[in-house]
Amino acid sequence: MAKLFSITIVLIAIFSAIPILRHTWVAPEDISTHGALIDEQMSETMAEAGISFLAAQFILALFIWKFSNRGPDAKIKSFPGGAKGLVIAALLVVGVEVMALGVFGVKAWANVYLDAPSANAMPIQVQAGQFAFYFRYPGPDGKFGGLRPELINEGSQNIFGLDPEHDVDARDDIVAAEMAIPVNKEVHLLMHAKDVGHSFFVRELRVQQDFVPGLDVSLHFTATKVGKYEIVCTQLCGLGHYNMKAYLEVMSQQDFDNWLKQQAGQ
Amino acid sequence: MHDTSVQAAHHAPPTSFIRKHIFSQDHKVIGKQYYALALFAAIVGMFLSWLMRIHLAWNNAAIPGLQLLSSSGAPGGVMTPEYYLQLMTMHGTIMVFFVLTTAPFAAFGNFFLPIQVGAEDMPFPRFNMMSFWVTFVAFLVLMASFFVGDGPTLGGWTQYAPLNSIGAVGGPGQGTGVVLWAISIALFCVGQLLGSLNFIPTTLDLRVKGMSLMRLPLSAWAWFITSCMGLTAFAVLMPACILVILDHVAGTSFFVASNLVLNDQVLPHSGGSTLLWQHLFWFFGHPEVYIAIVPGIGIVSHVLITNMRRPMLSARVLIYSMGALAVLSYMVYGHHMFVSGMNPFSSLAFSFPTLVITIPSTVVVLIWTFSLYGSKLRINSASLFALGFISMFVSGGVSGFFLAQPSIDIMLHATYFVVGHFHLVMGVAAMFGIFAGTYFWFPKMAGRMMNETLGKLHFWLSFVGAYCIFMPFHYLGMAGNIRRYSTFTDDFLQPLIPVHRFITVAALITGAAQLVFLYNLIHSRYWGKPAPDNPWEATSLEWSTATPPPFDNFGGKHPVVYHDPYQYGVESSVGDYLMQTSPEQVKTEHDEK
Ligand code: HEM
Ligand SMILES: [Cu+2]
Ligand SMILES: [Cu+2]
Repeated sequence: MAKLFSITIVLIAIFSAIPILRHTWVAPEDISTHGALIDEQMSETMAEAGISFLAAQFILALFIWKFSNRGPDAKIKSFPGGAKGLVIAALLVVGVEVMALGVFGVKAWANVYLDAPSANAMPIQVQAGQFAFYFRYPGPDGKFGGLRPELINEGSQNIFGLDPEHDVDARDDIVAAEMAIPVNKEVHLLMHAKDVGHSFFVRELRVQQDFVPGLDVSLHFTATKVGKYEIVCTQLCGLGHYNMKAYLEVMSQQDFDNWLKQQAGQ
Repeated sequence: MHDTSVQAAHHAPPTSFIRKHIFSQDHKVIGKQYYALALFAAIVGMFLSWLMRIHLAWNNAAIPGLQLLSSSGAPGGVMTPEYYLQLMTMHGTIMVFFVLTTAPFAAFGNFFLPIQVGAEDMPFPRFNMMSFWVTFVAFLVLMASFFVGDGPTLGGWTQYAPLNSIGAVGGPGQGTGVVLWAISIALFCVGQLLGSLNFIPTTLDLRVKGMSLMRLPLSAWAWFITSCMGLTAFAVLMPACILVILDHVAGTSFFVASNLVLNDQVLPHSGGSTLLWQHLFWFFGHPEVYIAIVPGIGIVSHVLITNMRRPMLSARVLIYSMGALAVLSYMVYGHHMFVSGMNPFSSLAFSFPTLVITIPSTVVVLIWTFSLYGSKLRINSASLFALGFISMFVSGGVSGFFLAQPSIDIMLHATYFVVGHFHLVMGVAAMFGIFAGTYFWFPKMAGRMMNETLGKLHFWLSFVGAYCIFMPFHYLGMAGNIRRYSTFTDDFLQPLIPVHRFITVAALITGAAQLVFLYNLIHSRYWGKPAPDNPWEATSLEWSTATPPPFDNFGGKHPVVYHDPYQYGVESSVGDYLMQTSPEQVKTEHDEK
């Protein structure tokens, strides 16, 4: 029974590793300037975690195989070096391993979250609400109009609560239900939630960030590939959560300008 | 140690049925009551996971009879997306609170901690009784939410604000459902606080003569450390739940920010903080993970040593590691909030302790594994589950490497990767700890042996089955399948559907395998072979008394302790081991102190 157990552990470990080694299920291709570092960090972590996983399971299997159900005459022995050796080994090997990961990981994180967006990044405001995202572009004047929550009215399509009558800046603001951005241009997202917590996740962009009601959150990135990608909400936000998504269209600058004009005309 | 205070726990045995079996103040009865509650909760929780899994694999399939549970949630037996979320919330809440906290900690701890320290009972038996009954009421309150108007809350076991605070405008289950959830959890906290208040003085004050702290069995250490965690963690969650209730029924706004708009109406709340809830919740929530697993570490160590017939390489290092896990578990709580909108520097600050916590975890695994070297391992149901625990703990632990790094968490947060990670390490591993403890201690608790053949069958099905269920969750997550969704509409998720089907079939089989355990438990309880006092040739105090133990645990005698708890691999008058109470002096061959 012990040998069977050892074999089972080894088989499970190997079967678990196969899809990873064969890249059967991996994240969709990266389309951001900052994503390469994240992906690299991911593979390195996979290598270290994978080796630790296989080594731990194999050693466990080996010892169970060798040291179970030994006869009454068998002698008890201790692993050479004892506990002290193991603790030191763990401190050194694991300590160095995780600290290295941690330190390199800071770089990938800092890229998105600590660096400020550049001055000419294109601002887009995103509002999340049960159960849709809306996007606002400042229009030709480059300025967003102010928000008045009490004016929000979905029936009359005043999604953001703008007040164009009294607010000049708001008059040319463009509101859309899908998000379009020009390729290779830095985008600065200004995110806020209308009602409860939501989240903004675009797998291909390597971007995930919660919307926090009452808090303005911002995020910046540059998309490098034209295409249509899915934006999903990953924060449980109520009954329609499973249905809360929108599309991100990455376009050439030309197409984007046309798109914006077309939206403004509506 | 404190011989006189042993008297403090003395009380006369009850005579009436109610006092003996229902409102009992005997820690052993309370332990069994907790076990029964956990067992029932686990059955409910598992049943809910079956429903979820079937729905995930065959989206529009009707589950016969489901409409009886909720006609609006499952018209014609087809689960609606929001009902999926309600079942998921109940599944998570039941499993985390009423199974993983009650069974390894409250059930086994209540039964065995006093016996392992040599006490007659806990110092506050009445509190102990209340601890169980408050927990029981908490469970009833939670179950009641199935039967209120719009059903249980769908906010997940984490109940994020402000969805949890705005009331019925938030959608199904956000009215009464949330209030019942919060009342239930607040009561649960009270129950566990009362429990911890008993565990700590039991360990510190009621030890018998000769039982120094370092002579406590590892299981007793684990319960002691867990109760210290429980005291602080539940003391934070309870007021947090009360604040949620106040937001609901008294119109306060602890967790609701100003100017939120729902259905074109500005909510009347103002000035609260959404993130406050997350901080309070996870300051409880992360230690809670360790509250679920540390007793398992203790139980598995205890079971393993007995079956290896040798001490661990170092029990002391194991104790320090458990202590380090407990302390660090508070410092890492923010790793649940990397992308929550808190300051990005905080994410880095929380990342490092999270990486550091892998060190004591690794040390624990290394001590276990390398203690097997040169041992005389006995294979039985209990030791198989203990070894399975190690394997699962490793598998679930390594995925922590990923989630500990904020930059990778950007991709994995809220995906099935997280679900795979926590199910392996705190779901399955902790369950295996419970099973190991059950097969090991059942003879002492019930006075009869469990059936080993059925036990092994149960083990094989559970071990292979659990891997088949939870390993693929990681792949789903890496591919970008987010959690808490009941359907897959996107093209790139379509190739994942076979994986979901595979998981569901595995879950059905593994779940069914638990019936073997249930049968074994009930059958052995009434018809099993009568158990001797010390069937495993073990050394700690619980094996030195009668089976099952008398009302005052040691029949009026006060045991005296002469040795550390794990004198195995020695030569003595009884065999290769020496009871803690045996005055015999034997020279050990090894010097692992
Ligand atoms: C029979 C074995 C089990 C199966 C098949 C199972 C399956 C599932 C599934 C499908 C989900 C929903 C995942 C999502 O959409 O995010 C889930 C959630 C969860 N499960 Fe399990 N589970 C099992 C056992 C357990 C155990 C033993 C625990 C104890 C830790 C547990 C704790 C949880 C928790 C905390 C959640 C999250 C609920 C939430 O997001 O609010 N499960 N489980
Ligand atoms: Cu949402
Ligand atoms: Cu959502």
